Amino acid sequence: MIFQYELKDNGLRIMVPKELDHHSSLDLREQTDMLLRTYSVKNLIFDFQNTEFMDSSGIGMMIGRCKNMEFTGGKVQAEHMNKRIQKIFLLSGLHKMIKIEEGGEEE
Amino acid sequence: MRKEMHMTFSADSVNEGLARVAVAAFVAELNPTMEEIEDIRTSVSEAVTNAIIHGYEERDGLVELHCVLLDRILHIEVKDMGKGIFDIEQAKKPFYTTKPQEERSGMGFAFMEAFMDVVKVESELQFGTRVILEKEIGTVKDE
Repeated sequence: MIFQYELKDNGLRIMVPKELDHHSSLDLREQTDMLLRTYSVKNLIFDFQNTEFMDSSGIGMMIGRCKNMEFTGGKVQAEHMNKRIQKIFLLSGLHKMIKIEEGGEEE
Repeated sequence: MRKEMHMTFSADSVNEGLARVAVAAFVAELNPTMEEIEDIRTSVSEAVTNAIIHGYEERDGLVELHCVLLDRILHIEVKDMGKGIFDIEQAKKPFYTTKPQEERSGMGFAFMEAFMDVVKVESELQFGTRVILEKEIGTVKDE
């Protein structure tokens, strides 16, 4: 699976796929880490505007990227999450590790 | 009303999506709310992912998915014939994982317990694991 991303002003925006499960998180992790190794990224943004499903495998992948970014002194944020994804964030405590952009709520 | 579905698929991560779609379609005639559907999809995904990653450790194997709808009660069983769980109580604890190096969050059972009415786990080392999930469809819940 190939994912869309955008590099802009030291920021890397990852377009999270429609369903972020164990299957898709393996490819997303690999491609995100390749980009983080290649470019100098200060701000990693996970954009959930196309995402309808996420389970605990997605949580694990995001926590892993947070730890890597912490190591290099960068930040991680999440945007455009629907109500369901927000609930998954809340249940897993991910909202304490990742900055959630206000106004990202949409149905 | 009683109906039943049984499917067996290979322990391949691509089949996680298949299992979610199958169970969602199986309960569709009861007109579940979006929230109920998402609760079921997430729980099935967690149980099937566990079978693939932990039961079979991403090697070849078969996962069985068995669903029964009895009036408004959805009963789901996810079964593998993999390595089994050493300590079920510990496995259920939030954030506990035997595979931190693979970036597992340890939230699988916590999500199943948050989203389903009943979660039961039966496991025997070297023989496999059966996860039983139940949910009543059409109960009004506050968000």
